Amino acid sequence: MKILIIAEAQGSEVRHASRSAITLAKNVVAAENGDIEIAIIGDDIAAAAKAASAYAPTFTLSDALFSHPTADRYGAAIAQIAQQRGADLVIAASTSHGKDCVARAAAALGGTMVTDATACENRDGKLIWQRTMHAGGVAAWVAAHGSPVVVTALQSAYEPAEPTGETSVTALNIDVVALPSAIQFDSVTTKQSDRPDVTEAAIVISGGRAFKTAEDYERLIGGLADKIGGGTGSSRAAVDAGIAPNENQVGQTGKIIAPDLYLGIGISGAVQHLAGMKNSKIIAAINTDDEAPLLDYADFALIADAYEAIPEMMEKL
Amino acid sequence: MKILVPTKRVPDPDQPIHLNADKTAADLSGIPCIINPFDAIALEEALRIREEERSQAGSDIEIVAVCIGPQACEKEIRIALAMGADRAVHVVSDEYIDSWVASSLLKAVVDKEQPDLIIMGKQAIDADNNQAGQFLAHHLNWPQATFASEISFEGDRVKVARETDTGIENVSMTLPAVITTDLRLNEPRYASLPAMMKAKRKPVDISTPEDLGVAVEPRVEIISMETLSAKRNCVRVNNVDELIAKLKEAGAL
Ligand SMILES: Cc1cc2nc3c(=O)[nH]c(=O)nc-3n(C[C@H](O)[C@H](O)[C@H](O)COP(=O)(O)OP(=O)(O)OC[C@H]3O[C@@H](n4cnc5c(N)ncnc54)[C@H](O)[C@@H]3O)c2cc1C
Ligand SMILES: Nc1ncnc2c1ncn2[C@@H]1O[C@H](COP(=O)(O)O)[C@@H](O)[C@H]1O
Repeated sequence: MKILIIAEAQGSEVRHASRSAITLAKNVVAAENGDIEIAIIGDDIAAAAKAASAYAPTFTLSDALFSHPTADRYGAAIAQIAQQRGADLVIAASTSHGKDCVARAAAALGGTMVTDATACENRDGKLIWQRTMHAGGVAAWVAAHGSPVVVTALQSAYEPAEPTGETSVTALNIDVVALPSAIQFDSVTTKQSDRPDVTEAAIVISGGRAFKTAEDYERLIGGLADKIGGGTGSSRAAVDAGIAPNENQVGQTGKIIAPDLYLGIGISGAVQHLAGMKNSKIIAAINTDDEAPLLDYADFALIADAYEAIPEMMEKL
Repeated sequence: MKILVPTKRVPDPDQPIHLNADKTAADLSGIPCIINPFDAIALEEALRIREEERSQAGSDIEIVAVCIGPQACEKEIRIALAMGADRAVHVVSDEYIDSWVASSLLKAVVDKEQPDLIIMGKQAIDADNNQAGQFLAHHLNWPQATFASEISFEGDRVKVARETDTGIENVSMTLPAVITTDLRLNEPRYASLPAMMKAKRKPVDISTPEDLGVAVEPRVEIISMETLSAKRNCVRVNNVDELIAKLKEAGAL
């Protein structure tokens, strides 16, 4: 089996989520045998490619046209790379890039795609995949018909792979100018934060609709997170109200995470929110309502007002 | 201009999931269903674009809802019509439709309908695939803007703000195009009772996958399903000191 990982660069490194995808690839190799290769597409990716080659032989497609991930161009490029490398299995991270560009590539490759895989197994000589559905309420085993199979790895289900020693970096030969280009990138507003990303933090302090303003959220949730070196998360309701940035959203339709500690403050625990955090190792909740559903999914709960409990915690930690 | 809005029927997420006897699908008998929330947002956006266009240019936009699924989808189709869609296309099938088959059927409908814009959900909240919009854009060789939180028009271009992992990304493209919706785009209106009555007279074009010449051959087959419960035994602590002590004891701090 030839496995191709579509990795994302983050500066001079391989993105954390892509390292989880590498772990999924290694699990496949353990279950079924196979060779792993990595492809990185972008502009100015030499350093990241070198970092990637410490996991597996790496192939690069580097051009100024790839400075931003527009789905038509990236999708076509990914599909061409998968064909050139003869991949039977294409694995990417379940990021917005994976869902946007890699899904488009999957269509060009025949439409066999498993989103958010959490496990794989060799059953009677055929690889099958586990994924959750219905906001995490159902775990399903699925068989993927067709080749290649395109899989996105749910980051929280896999520890990031560790480098094993530098291998090769090879430039791919693809006619970049001929790729589709009907989507124009205009601008991006990236967050300026020194905090670990919510998908990568070992501790996540998460705030919901209980907070009245963005300033309160930043001061209390952000402040507590900084105190203990954690990341910040939020419910959708807090995002909708403009209290928390959308990239902090945890849940079925946001980010699915499993940190060592998830502290949900002023979050009721709707099924859509639970889908994003219920696999965290330790879950604690602070809520004024003793009957908030989140409490049923928590290990510890404190019935208290967030505006009083958080400053006290910050003082005592 | 014509806007196509795919609308999938999904079980109400507030209801517990029951599985069928061989545990390969959710058993929807007796379970209330809704229009996939992201599709309701897509339809709402189409309605708002039409209202804006009417007041600005006085010209009209036709909105067509497309639903693939069993006969029972009729109810959700009527709701889409009552919300304001002009007419609907119902591709009737009792078979299991994955995102690939859905995108292939939608492609066939697009070939017939020739819309200028498709607005659809970023994901159906039953299977949580997040694929069909991207697949459809590929089939049509159209530009796509997924996870839209804002849509505006400028000349012949549509500008979309997209919610990504790292922030808001702004892209633009010429029509025809595919846009998939995120939650923040808008809050869908409710269908009023009088509108529900009026919707009964709106046309629904009924066809089957065979009529459209599309083979129902899912790429992703469900072998088995299992419902999950993640409930824990929650310890209530009395104060902040106790909470900190418990978290330290558990090795979480
Ligand atoms: C299609 C769809 C997808 C969705 N996807 C997501 C998703 O991915 N993620 C997500 O989170 N949601 C999602 N939602 C929204 C979800 O259904 C809930 O509406 C949302 O999670 C509620 O957020 P909340 O808990 O912050 O707000 P609320 O439900 O309003 O809860 C606020 C909580 O704060 C408590 N509280 C109030 N004041 C205080 C105080 N001073 N101190 C302490 N506690 C206080 C209250 O007791 C309450 O429990 C989705 C919804 C839909 C329809
Ligand atoms: N059976 C269906 N009928 C109509 N639209 C569908 C159907 N399946 C998927 N779609 C559309 O495709 C979007 C994404 O679905 P998915 O990729 O399956 O998560 C949905 O929000 C719908 O707009």
